[in-house]
Amino acid sequence: MRKRYLIPLIYIIFLMLPIYWLVNMSFKTTNEILGGFTLYPHQLTLSNYVTIFTDPSWYMGYVNSITYVVMNTVLSVLVALPAAYAFSRYRFLGDKHLFFWLLSNRMAPAAVFALPFLQLYSAVGLFDTHLAVALAHTLFNIPLAVWILEGFMSGVPKELDETAYVDGYPFWKFFIRIFIPTIAAGIGVAAFFCFMFSWVELLLAKTLTAVAAKPIAAAMTKTASTSGYELGLLAAAGVLTIVPGAFVIYFVRNYIAKGFALGRV
Amino acid sequence: MNKTFDNRAWWLVVPVFLMVAFNALIPLMTVVNFSVQESFGDNVFFWSGVRWFEQVLNSERFHAALLRQIIFTALVLLIEVPLGLAIALAMPRKGPWVSVCLVLMALPLLIPWNVVGAMWNIFALPDIGFLGKLINSLGIHYNYTRQPLGAWFTTVLMDVWHWTSLVVLLCYAGLVSIPDAYYQAAKVDGARPWAVFRYIQLPKLKHVLTIAILLRFMDSFMIYTEVVVLTGGGPGNSTTFLSIDLVKMALGQFDLGPAAAMSIVYFLIILLASWLFYTLMMRNEAR
Repeated sequence: MRKRYLIPLIYIIFLMLPIYWLVNMSFKTTNEILGGFTLYPHQLTLSNYVTIFTDPSWYMGYVNSITYVVMNTVLSVLVALPAAYAFSRYRFLGDKHLFFWLLSNRMAPAAVFALPFLQLYSAVGLFDTHLAVALAHTLFNIPLAVWILEGFMSGVPKELDETAYVDGYPFWKFFIRIFIPTIAAGIGVAAFFCFMFSWVELLLAKTLTAVAAKPIAAAMTKTASTSGYELGLLAAAGVLTIVPGAFVIYFVRNYIAKGFALGRV
Repeated sequence: MNKTFDNRAWWLVVPVFLMVAFNALIPLMTVVNFSVQESFGDNVFFWSGVRWFEQVLNSERFHAALLRQIIFTALVLLIEVPLGLAIALAMPRKGPWVSVCLVLMALPLLIPWNVVGAMWNIFALPDIGFLGKLINSLGIHYNYTRQPLGAWFTTVLMDVWHWTSLVVLLCYAGLVSIPDAYYQAAKVDGARPWAVFRYIQLPKLKHVLTIAILLRFMDSFMIYTEVVVLTGGGPGNSTTFLSIDLVKMALGQFDLGPAAAMSIVYFLIILLASWLFYTLMMRNEAR
């Protein structure tokens, strides 16, 4: 019986190894990295992290990334909520086609849209703003949020709505006061996925920004090419991009297990 | 659930419709525009009909990239789906270890894609990377920057590392939602573990497995950033998948016409495959 836990254990070790290697390198000096193969840092140094936290061109990257990711998450979930409600409760003209069309945007390769997006957002004057990236990411996050929320909402019996209307609640009051708290877990799961896909996507984020809204991971590629081979610095920046994700997972861990089970996802 | 027919529900969908339309339709029209026109610069365009489409569909370069893409996606699906299912089945259902497992397993999913590429780039280097050193010390000559086979191995392994957890999380959620009564009934009937899996767990997991396969198909077919950072599409063209080829064509050589035609073909392939799979699964479910 106990033996079967070996499978997840081995899997987790496999997952952690590359991450450990990155953390390991981030505490090494460039000399030690290039000098040879060591399993742990022999000359422990924090200088890589110090550079990142004192140089604005580094730490502003984090601020930029987090800004547009949060904007995108809030925006996606807010507009997806009423739409998901419509899909889960009503039939209307063209509903099925609309739903598939929405999902089809999840299948559009970012490489296809990179150049047209650049033209579009330059034309409307949003190039190099956080809003541009946040809006561009709604292309795949809104469909996903609608899909997830619709699943959760369909799990709530319709009698809840009907009772509220009989009691004289107007639609918006019912929606905000009663319905949204009921599907809080679903909102958590949807927000988690929006955060995740916006945080990890870079092709569009990089295309749509130059200086003012440059995401952190794009700052990494720049350093790699211009200032030679500063592997330690790169590793430290990489480690720091894992941290926000780890926080978010930690906070929603119970929602993930429960939330997945409740919804249709 | 029986839904009421009410066209006023459209009002609730309008914000989503407008935002997605702005982001999807305008760029799509730009791509369509490019794909049927010829340009000699200076924003002067000529109608060129379906010439770019003929050129792309007949070019060996496109065939080669498509073939590599299909092999990659097939490999990735064949490894990740069974592996993810097996791990989800073996995971504990209750107790403090559940959270620990979930948090650790979800971690790769939240790492920016180019960091994933950079991480594996370093991890697999034969001189200073753990994986490269390990494989070479086993007596196998391995250098993914030189050997096409090594590059493929590293790319597939990276994708397995990156995305298997998504399958695990989805399957695990599906497993948790199976009521205990089912298992008790199976116990009373004296069902073997295989029978429990085949007749209780697998049917109940069909929905989440459909989602997992669909998501993995779409995302692996669109893979770009990780591979560019890891191998740059090389050595040679051995790991140049469709997206990478497309970006090389559009931004590297600025062949906008052929690149746009290829974009449309590419998008249609994903759309068609997803639609076919989705319809088939839904038909089976209805039966």
